[in-house]
Amino acid sequence: MDVHELTAAYALDALDPDEREAYEAHLARCRRCRDELAGLGAASAALGFGVESPPPPPALRERILAAAAAERENVVPLRAQRPWPLRIAVVAAAVAACAAVGLGVWAATLQHSLDSERSARAAEARAMEIYADPASTRTAVRGAAGTLAVDPTGRGVLVVRRLQSAPADKTYEAWVIVPGRKPVAAGLFRGGGATTVVPLAEDVPKGSVVAATVEPAGGVDAPTASPFLTART
Amino acid sequence: MGSVNRELAHLSDEALVALAARSEQSALAELYDRYGRPAYGLALRVVRDEALAEDVVQEAFLTLWRTAARFLPERGKASTWILTLVHRRAVDLVRREERRRADTLERASESGSGSVDEEAWLRLQRERVQDALRQLPDQQREALELAYYGGFTQSELAERLGQPLGTIKSRMFAGLSRLRELLGDPGLEMPWTSTS
Repeated sequence: MDVHELTAAYALDALDPDEREAYEAHLARCRRCRDELAGLGAASAALGFGVESPPPPPALRERILAAAAAERENVVPLRAQRPWPLRIAVVAAAVAACAAVGLGVWAATLQHSLDSERSARAAEARAMEIYADPASTRTAVRGAAGTLAVDPTGRGVLVVRRLQSAPADKTYEAWVIVPGRKPVAAGLFRGGGATTVVPLAEDVPKGSVVAATVEPAGGVDAPTASPFLTART
Repeated sequence: MGSVNRELAHLSDEALVALAARSEQSALAELYDRYGRPAYGLALRVVRDEALAEDVVQEAFLTLWRTAARFLPERGKASTWILTLVHRRAVDLVRREERRRADTLERASESGSGSVDEEAWLRLQRERVQDALRQLPDQQREALELAYYGGFTQSELAERLGQPLGTIKSRMFAGLSRLRELLGDPGLEMPWTSTS
């Protein structure tokens, strides 16, 4: 049996204990399998999100945190607990003084994720709110399978199913078009995957049209192509 | 505690794991608040018993707590790691307990008839995964579902389906590879991960 072939079964936890052990020993030596497992493991874990998730009993959270606290006390000497923002300040001070290179790298990484993820996360969170809001107006998209949801304050989100990835040197660009006015750019997106969620960067007034075009990578200020997708509010 | 948690809510999953590795308990709490629910849903689906599902989730999060320092973000996302920990424990338990009931492996409801209070992002992810599963050839989907949700090993699957082991392996590999394509290369996008 070729042990390379076991990657999918390993990712699905479908190996018996002997096979699992053999595969893990192999994995430590085989770069190809490690790379393959990174992708197949993510797909396998995605299956975990494919089931309905009733809320766990609230007591479970407390039990886990209490058990975690008890464990860590046995391992690490108890130290003074400081609120988190203060600790960041301490770390930052250490970096300024070049006192801790390791910590500095870590803090820089953290700051980077803070900066780059905050806006993306805020946009996604807003999109989910709009999508879930029962007061949002929903319109079927023409030209693709999808829905435009607009909440009562005019914030909109476009949800498109099975949209192919934009070509390498292109991007998709969303537009809000108020009749009689120039289209306003409302965000870039790449597609790919089963569902594409596009939080619109511009408000969507009643009577306007939301459209999407294929544009050169980086986007443009005014559409250069006919829309492949439209939704009328 | 409240202000601490709001601060953590801005962090990526991976940054939270790094904090958990430094014994920051509120980071573990935040990770649980993000993934406890899908973790419990998955555990329940595999072990089909609420008390056992709770044990599985607890054991998985404590393993995260113990081994967070060994997590390598460049090898995969934290959310993948967490569900992998949950699934491994659920499958090991179900095999020990002989508790599998794959014959009743009903498909989760087909189109968004989830419980009313299901969080929007969870519903969207579920629809996205089910949509992708439906696009797989029947035999590939069957192999993935029986292995992942049913907890069968590849050898048990071969016997159960009356197919050579090689056929089962190919179906799992082809099915999982296709699923990966359908879900997009960055994998599943959570509300708090970057979309770029």
